[in-house]
Amino acid sequence: MRYVDEFRDAEKARALAARIAQLCEPGREYKFMEVCGGHTHTIYKHGLEDYLPENITLVHGPGCPVCVIPMGRVDDAIHIARQPGVLMTSFGDMMRVPGGNGSFFDANARDTNIRMVYSPLDALAIARQRPEQRIVFMAIGFETTAPSTAMTLLRARAEGLRNFFVFANHVTIIPAIKAILDSPDLRLDGFLGPGHVSTVIGCRPYEFIARDYGKPVVVAGFEPLDILQSVYLLMRQLAEGRCAVENQYGRVVPWDGNPIALQAINQTMRLRPFFEWRGLGFINHSALRLREEFAEYDAELVFDVPGVRIADPKACQCGEVLKGVLKPWECKVFGTACTPETPIGTCMVSPEGACAAYYNFGRFSRQRVREASRV
Amino acid sequence: MCLGIPGELVDTVAEQPDLGVVMVSGVRRKINVALLADQDLRLGDWVLVHVGFALSKISEDEARAVLAFLESIGTPYADELTALRESNIDGWPGEH
Repeated sequence: MRYVDEFRDAEKARALAARIAQLCEPGREYKFMEVCGGHTHTIYKHGLEDYLPENITLVHGPGCPVCVIPMGRVDDAIHIARQPGVLMTSFGDMMRVPGGNGSFFDANARDTNIRMVYSPLDALAIARQRPEQRIVFMAIGFETTAPSTAMTLLRARAEGLRNFFVFANHVTIIPAIKAILDSPDLRLDGFLGPGHVSTVIGCRPYEFIARDYGKPVVVAGFEPLDILQSVYLLMRQLAEGRCAVENQYGRVVPWDGNPIALQAINQTMRLRPFFEWRGLGFINHSALRLREEFAEYDAELVFDVPGVRIADPKACQCGEVLKGVLKPWECKVFGTACTPETPIGTCMVSPEGACAAYYNFGRFSRQRVREASRV
Repeated sequence: MCLGIPGELVDTVAEQPDLGVVMVSGVRRKINVALLADQDLRLGDWVLVHVGFALSKISEDEARAVLAFLESIGTPYADELTALRESNIDGWPGEH
């Protein structure tokens, strides 16, 4: 209860914590995975685990799109950026993600000019202004950002722009959840479903988790109270012997998602047979590439792309962290060789990565590192 | 990139129905509103903006709650606002 005064509605938080505690069966351990990196950030920032009874553990999942980009794709992007007349663009979050031979920032210090943009539409605008250059947008993200890439492609085609290309690295959340459910490493009791992804895909795609795996899912908002309330809803389902998909974030997430966004994705992109996720390995049907009708915009077809797989550094245990098998502070290089300033693994790069979140809110990391060092 | 930022729709863009003008924490920017074409957006409505696109319509109360939350998280929100400030999706020099 130490951090109870740090956010609004502290009374409600206390009340929720008490109701959650009442639902705990004595002697039973509960493990819930929050899939989304935004949730991880809130949990650490507000010390939410300290509200929960000790037998409830929040496990951090793979829902940080920057964290799951494999090193080889960073190298591919840098390789494209070096080709004649190319201006590579991407979101700011990508700039520090390490590839096999450094990050975009490192490459820029040598011989590239990879530019940060806020939106794929900014990259499209550059293409309009610089017809003599070939503008490539490195697209990353789950279903939250895929519609923006899709709409930008549709707009590029409508305008007849021929110097705009997309290097697609969009991933889809459902196959990653399924891979975790099928992994023998981890026993989970339920999921906090991602808020913004669900704005696009809605709540129905999670129904298989309840139906086929017998685990409850609660789509959760991002504020501390949202997360506590979602844990309460998960606990209530378990206590009542139910498992279903519930939507705690109904004030933003429609049950059926955003049909226009889904249609735009479907019109411009299709599932890849498989895609490598950093730390998780290859997952079938887990990522998107451009449809054949958009081949002339597809950087993977237009440019030379080495496509070499680069193994993660041996010391890096991002894979275990992304699957929730290890807590960030249990990684051997956490906070020593791997820090936000000099990240070895992607989980330390993004502010939504579990390791960076632990590191940045040091009161928790220090406490837990101390605990770990006593073991 | 993953943050959804609330913006108030304050203007339309002539001859470009896909675009709208929002105010986000004092930043006035054009965004794309085509993903909410079925929502009958009106001036004064609030939307959550992701990488230049309005992705969902929200109530004003929700918008204020989200803004307060974003302000509490510090750097990631400041970085996102900086990126938004530099955004120019219309792409003609000198125009925002």
